[in-house]
Amino acid sequence: MTAIPQREAYGRALAEYGAVNENIVVLDADTSSSTLTHFFASRFPDRFFNIGIAEPCLVDFGVGMALGGFVPFVNAFAAFLSLRAIEQVRTCIAYAETNVKLVGHYAGLSDFKDGPTHNCIVDLAVMRALPNLTVIVPSDNHQIINWLPVIAEHPGPVYFRMSRDKSLPVHPEDIRPVIGKAIQLTDGTDVTLIACGTMVGRAMQAAGLLASQGVSARVLDLHTLKPLDVEAICTAAAETGAIVTAEEHSIIGGLGGAVAEVLVENCPVPMVRVGIRDRFGVTSLDADSLMDYMGLRVEDIAQAALQAIKRKSFQGDPV
Amino acid sequence: MNYLTETTILELDEIARNLRIDSLKMIYKRQSGHPGGSLSAAEIVAALFFYKLRLDPHNPKWEDRDRFFLSKGHASAVLYAAMARKGFFPEEDLYRWGNLDCHLQGHPDRVKTPGIEMSAGPLGHGLAVGAGNALAGRMKNKKYRVYVLMGDGEMQAGIVWEAASVASKYHLSNLTAILDYNDVQLDGPVHEIMPLEPLADRWKAFNWHVIEINGHNTRQVVEAFDLAEEIHSKPTLIIAHTTKGKGVSYMENDSRWHGAVPKADQYELALAELGKEVG
Repeated sequence: MTAIPQREAYGRALAEYGAVNENIVVLDADTSSSTLTHFFASRFPDRFFNIGIAEPCLVDFGVGMALGGFVPFVNAFAAFLSLRAIEQVRTCIAYAETNVKLVGHYAGLSDFKDGPTHNCIVDLAVMRALPNLTVIVPSDNHQIINWLPVIAEHPGPVYFRMSRDKSLPVHPEDIRPVIGKAIQLTDGTDVTLIACGTMVGRAMQAAGLLASQGVSARVLDLHTLKPLDVEAICTAAAETGAIVTAEEHSIIGGLGGAVAEVLVENCPVPMVRVGIRDRFGVTSLDADSLMDYMGLRVEDIAQAALQAIKRKSFQGDPV
Repeated sequence: MNYLTETTILELDEIARNLRIDSLKMIYKRQSGHPGGSLSAAEIVAALFFYKLRLDPHNPKWEDRDRFFLSKGHASAVLYAAMARKGFFPEEDLYRWGNLDCHLQGHPDRVKTPGIEMSAGPLGHGLAVGAGNALAGRMKNKKYRVYVLMGDGEMQAGIVWEAASVASKYHLSNLTAILDYNDVQLDGPVHEIMPLEPLADRWKAFNWHVIEINGHNTRQVVEAFDLAEEIHSKPTLIIAHTTKGKGVSYMENDSRWHGAVPKADQYELALAELGKEVG
């Protein structure tokens, strides 16, 4: 399951899980051939609803189905779900506490070919600001597959972020993710690389690169942006003394913002954010080269780690 | 279709009159609220809560209850008044509206108030949520019906028409929408702010069954609800022509009373007029 894109792992797993949980209904906004909910649609046509290009109505219609006792998985491109339909998400899901599972597809830069209008680099900032909403960014296909039952059985609204592209495998097949509990992938003593989504694999590669330079880096997969695993962040800060965040998202308001808030209030240590630095992307020929272009290279993470480590010596003596 | 005796109709009229009085008392006590759209919907809300809806106030989550979604959430006063009268919560709660520890919010809140089906406030949500709920009911072989009360201002919102398409696509005949067409919105007359006509034709073009009535004629209101149940292939919209601020002379058809609170002398006059109406 590592050679296929995240969306395909999701689409196939959702169709499998649909056989287990008959309360699952799937809604899409004319993107089922992109989100790959069409696997579910062809297997369970009576539980699939294509609402067309009408994301606000898609969300509210899903709310109505949740009130009627179903567990709706509401699928759309992240850019449109988190922006065009955000008032519906705010009022009818987050505020009204309805049991809707929002799945934002083609997130980050993964829709490289369609350009910045279809990229989504702000969804985590937007969703994270809403009370009551759980925000999850899966890092690889094994995690996606194992998240589905967890999300479905969680009694409350969830935003689940999905890349169009492949992500590097980092977890075993039997990974059992828990909402709000970060996963430590490697231990280290000099710095902690905290990543989510597609950047977890890159953070692991950066840890390897740093090891070759004699730097010991811990890697945390912080898959849940809300509720945040404050304890894991503070433990990492205390034990390694420097933090780097890495996300396929703006450095404003997403993983980097969330971790910075925790550090400043609880356990301040030097920190550097790797992410998209407050600018829109461009159109590209493939996702990897776009991520590289936007400053998300493995080398960028390693460089950020060295910067953060270097700043440790300034603690208390910022001359 | 049930034929209602004149006595029953008069009883519903009396409830509507009291819902108007309660709404104004609540708004005056809180010094905040939306009188115009509460008064225009009084007969509709009375007919729903005291004739049509199958509800159990002691078991607000009863699985087989009919579902009522107030899409024009700013008319919360008339909804709260009806729900208290029905027994969902004590009537004294109506006069604690707005207190920090009172469950009644400015706009309806499904989490805080028992019996509220859906939180509302921003306009345009009710029909899409109601459509999803109607489909869920049908899939679960439930006999409940879904009622959505909309305002005319929200007809200007795109999502209403998105929902109209979806309800039509899935032939949601267990969905009845009611339009409180008082032709007044916050900034002025609806036909000036953003005209809706030909409204009935627009809904028919979206493949809805449309019934037009006088929304202050209780017999027409209840018969429209009954008739909607006989339509088995498509959702029904009841266009209820109403008067904003109905029953209080100086409020009628005046957009300034969309969300304003009467002064003491105005309040006394309003209550006197409502008292005289059937007296």
